[in-house]
Amino acid sequence: MEAILFYLTALVAVVAAFFVTKCRNPVNSALCLVTNFICLAVFYVMLEAPFMAAIQIMVYAGAIMVLIVFVIMLLNLGTAVKSRYTHGLAAGGVLSVLMLLVATVFLGKGSATATGGEVTSELIQSYGHTELIGRAMFTDFLLPFEIASILLLVAIIGAVVLSKRKV
Amino acid sequence: MLENYLPVMVLIGIAFAFAIGSVVMSRLIGQKKPSAVKLAPYECGMPLLSSVQERFSIKFYIVAMLFILFDIEAVFLYPWAIMFKRLGIFGFIEMGVFIVILLVGFIYVWKKGALEWEE
Repeated sequence: MEAILFYLTALVAVVAAFFVTKCRNPVNSALCLVTNFICLAVFYVMLEAPFMAAIQIMVYAGAIMVLIVFVIMLLNLGTAVKSRYTHGLAAGGVLSVLMLLVATVFLGKGSATATGGEVTSELIQSYGHTELIGRAMFTDFLLPFEIASILLLVAIIGAVVLSKRKV
Repeated sequence: MLENYLPVMVLIGIAFAFAIGSVVMSRLIGQKKPSAVKLAPYECGMPLLSSVQERFSIKFYIVAMLFILFDIEAVFLYPWAIMFKRLGIFGFIEMGVFIVILLVGFIYVWKKGALEWEE
């Protein structure tokens, strides 16, 4: 049952990703990208990470998507692109074949699918997934967490400086 | 594990079925006798002033940008809120520092009038 659901979601994710690049209208591409983000959220649920799934929907499918749609609106990309892109096609093809080879090598070695580590399924079940993230963030990764606030502050000031007519 | 998400699956299923079903059913059953009056934008507002495909003002962008930044701030609050009792006063101070740094940004935005709609 879980395998069927995984392959179904993976199929939707791949098809959506394909149409992100295939669609001539950028707005359609953006909608396909949302579909892809939601499929990734389903993967997070399957990996016993419901908090990550919720954040994936909230931040990526919500906030990042707003940004992408605004860029489309600001640059006036609403109309479909008529020209054909042939140069990128060959480069993209070569690149994706290379990526596929790398992925196959890593999967064959088993280093990409290893299931070791401190956090196990049992620990997630007993302690709770969001609790584990909270514990890690506020004890082990305290400094990165506080630096994240500085990063957000820099981004706020940057956004105001770049987009206000008079600062 | 995944059994807990069965209600979510049911909800998604109903949402899809309703969305696709209502479009398909109206296409199948509905009568189509268009006339000039029927096709007029009678209840969706005024006739178009210009094409929708024009460049939008950067004023919209800064609102979206600030929304995202404070949205991400809110995301950090969830794991803290769920661990609030176990982290105790230490966690409270940590989050206090985090919020104060972002409050500086908020005051900056407010003072610069970035939330005002400049004409």
